[in-house]
Amino acid sequence: MTVSLEAGASASRCTTSPVAGRNRCQRLWILWLRLDRWVLLVVGVSLLLALPVLTVFLTALQPVGPVWRHLADTVLADYVRNSLVLMLGVGVGTLLIGVPAAWLTSIHDFPGRRLFEWALLLPMAIPAYIIAYTYTGLLDFAGPVQTALRESFGWNRQDYWFPEIRSLPGAVIMLALVLYPYVYLLARAAFLEQSVAVLEVSRSLGAGPWRRFYAVSLPMARPALIAGVSLVQMEALADYGTVQYFGVSTFTTGLFRVWYGMNDSTAAAQLAGLLMLFVFALLAFERLSRRLARFHHTGNRPVRLARLALRGGGRWWATVACLLPLLFGFLLPAGQLAVWAFRTAPHMVDGRFWSLLTHSLSLALGAALLILTLALLLGYGHRLRPQTLVRGAVRTAGLGYAVPGAVVAIGVMLPLAAIDRSVDGWARQWLGWSTGLLLSGTVTALLFAYCTRFLPVALHSVEAGLSRIRPSMDDAARALGSTPREVLWRVHIPMLRGSLLAAVLLVFVDVLKELPATLILRPFNFNTLAVRTYELASDERLADSAGFALAVVLAGIGPVILLSRAIGRARPDHDAVP
Amino acid sequence: MTPFLEVTDIDIAYPPKRVVEGVSFKMAEAAIGCLLGPSGCGKTTLLRAIAGFEPVQRGLIWLEGVELSRPHWTLPPEQRRIGMMFQDLALFPHLTVADNVAFGLRSWKAAERWARVHELLNVVGLDEYAQRYPHQISGGQQQRVALARALAPRPRLLLLDEPFSSLDVALREDLAHEIRAILLREGIGGLLVSHDQFEAFAFADQIGVLNQGRLLQWDSAYNLYHRPADHFVADFIGQGVFLPGRMGEGSRVCTELGDIDGIPPAGCAPGDPVEVLVRPDDVTHDDSSPLMAEVVERAFRGAEFLYTLKLDSGARLLCLAASHHNHQAGQRIGIRLEIDHLVVFQRALGAMNEA
Repeated sequence: MTVSLEAGASASRCTTSPVAGRNRCQRLWILWLRLDRWVLLVVGVSLLLALPVLTVFLTALQPVGPVWRHLADTVLADYVRNSLVLMLGVGVGTLLIGVPAAWLTSIHDFPGRRLFEWALLLPMAIPAYIIAYTYTGLLDFAGPVQTALRESFGWNRQDYWFPEIRSLPGAVIMLALVLYPYVYLLARAAFLEQSVAVLEVSRSLGAGPWRRFYAVSLPMARPALIAGVSLVQMEALADYGTVQYFGVSTFTTGLFRVWYGMNDSTAAAQLAGLLMLFVFALLAFERLSRRLARFHHTGNRPVRLARLALRGGGRWWATVACLLPLLFGFLLPAGQLAVWAFRTAPHMVDGRFWSLLTHSLSLALGAALLILTLALLLGYGHRLRPQTLVRGAVRTAGLGYAVPGAVVAIGVMLPLAAIDRSVDGWARQWLGWSTGLLLSGTVTALLFAYCTRFLPVALHSVEAGLSRIRPSMDDAARALGSTPREVLWRVHIPMLRGSLLAAVLLVFVDVLKELPATLILRPFNFNTLAVRTYELASDERLADSAGFALAVVLAGIGPVILLSRAIGRARPDHDAVP
Repeated sequence: MTPFLEVTDIDIAYPPKRVVEGVSFKMAEAAIGCLLGPSGCGKTTLLRAIAGFEPVQRGLIWLEGVELSRPHWTLPPEQRRIGMMFQDLALFPHLTVADNVAFGLRSWKAAERWARVHELLNVVGLDEYAQRYPHQISGGQQQRVALARALAPRPRLLLLDEPFSSLDVALREDLAHEIRAILLREGIGGLLVSHDQFEAFAFADQIGVLNQGRLLQWDSAYNLYHRPADHFVADFIGQGVFLPGRMGEGSRVCTELGDIDGIPPAGCAPGDPVEVLVRPDDVTHDDSSPLMAEVVERAFRGAEFLYTLKLDSGARLLCLAASHHNHQAGQRIGIRLEIDHLVVFQRALGAMNEA
């Protein structure tokens, strides 16, 4: 038998000694198939990323200690009550702001409608804690509003009552102001998807605009609204910066107190586990509603929607209704930040400012690239091996976004600290010197937490992009002699450029804004823009913090632009400027 | 002589469904073949197994005396040196025409690579489009780029997965002829998957008819038409009807249209019910014939009419008649049977023999 196969290195290896060689090769190949590299890689990475959450749950299952009993007797009820009020309040608030804005901009036409379509997303650029600092500065006793009131009416401190912004209702308002765009986006998509025929039928049956809204459009959009509100409520539960600054005791502030103040990691994990139960309940609710949403929107394609042009005074009311959330959610706080930043620039913008800026930006960029690599690995691995095991692993890794940053931080800290302790103990015993903190006190821990929390963002982008590449592309490249890895480099990555860039941008901004996990995990004296903003605000140096806060907000505008471009493309009447 | 491509008794399954069952065939070097069958018959799966995209559960695939696939082991597609043209062409949208063609030549020296690219673009007549992107050229041109790309690395065999299905019928046969000529010139074997018999006839020397995962017959187009091995093949290839009959004494088959001589299917006893395949060209229109049939339908084909006839028993026949024989529906016309290749199947069993 002659062998004339130049390219097949492994095949010619198999045929060198026909009988014995093939048997050995056969066994090797079977072993290779069982220990498939891609399956191992995907499952390994996913398990690693699931480690923090698993740790939290396993630790939470340990018997309760004295600290937990103390918590349960004293503040736990407060945590639960405040967290629930925050969740419900923010849910209602975002609905009240987001749904009318979406209804107006998607179905109607009025002055400024085109501008509002995307500008209403701008509050997303401001992290909740930053808007909280800004409004505190605006509204507290020494702030411009109360000062102006006192000056114009000649009041003194005792003469008037002014609402206290640093309170639970204040926190609800702050979170609602920056989170409503989620509801707005999903509601808008739902309204645009609704068949115009249904609206016309209800019109022919004599339903006026209000009745059409609450009897037809709103019920049809309900699944999307539930999805949006669940998302918002998850964010509200995960918030630390706002409630901490406002002195509202919730799960997250409780976590910090137990972790730092009482130094009890088991109780902290138990608190985190309880918080996760809330999150998973929301997640299950959201999944359920999303399934319904898919069910609702099958069939009739949306028809070109004729916008209802508002006339007379109504159109100006519409303009005002859309202007208010934009004003209070973005223009006012961003303007105030700009004023403060400008005023404090002479003493704040120095070498340290720039070094912190570059430091924070490069950390975020590095984390974003790392996360993108992992997401690409998981997404492509899943494409190559669409098995149940791999799919399950990728889905597990995708759950991290629902996990609050503080929980992730504790889940990262516990195992890494345990590893450090055992390595250190081993080194002391056998080598006679201490290795100190190898993992838990270093950037490794921070990157690990970012990966767990933000991988789903990148994964979503990568998977959406990959699903648009037909499988025959992979096959064509393979038939032309490319290995799977070469296919990824030569076909997928060039074709995915847009999706990958979007993924990097989204993760970059998320990392830049991240506060609670960074606070817990950062190495000593290690600062990011978010942490520095938090530190200065905590020292009541609100104006001084504005420069750092403004940098975070400016970066946050990037994803808003991405989203608004997506909106422009999805618009059924294609009147957008390209 | 060792056959070039040898597929031996292979099973392919997407558990729990078995898609291909017990398929075997052989192809000589530089031969051009086709796997023909209705959609869902497993022909594309079989092609993908030869390309290395699907593992086999049973059987072997050999090429040039080297094993490519066996159960639990599949040589990766990139190591098989088998080219493939895809149904959707799968041109890389981010690469120019020239870069698409050069994709498989990565290990070549730059000078040789570009010489080969231009050689192939010349062969398919697209040299001036080298710097265009796939979306900037027409569908037929994209087809040629896909061909050039698949041929560039000098594969040992080219697999074609219904690459013409997006073209209109006239262009389809032209392109099939053209690709056949290019393959013959380059000395590369080809294996086409198709559901269109005319495309298969235009392209291939040998055709395998598949149905429900089984290869029913691997033969020349002529034999498939005139000597079908199977009831399904007889039905699928060409037109025709099955005329019921009964085995007579010796080698005679008794039908409504008279006794026909032929060798009965194995195990057929006199009196057994059989079916005789009657092609439209087996039935000749003859006004003087005592055999009469009623015209039920006619289709004008230019040079000829295709008549659908009803016999007295109610059985139907197809008849090709020169188009100056213009008969209306309802008329009774005289016909004669002129069967060169008698194909007889045992009714309900489906064995075959010929005269």
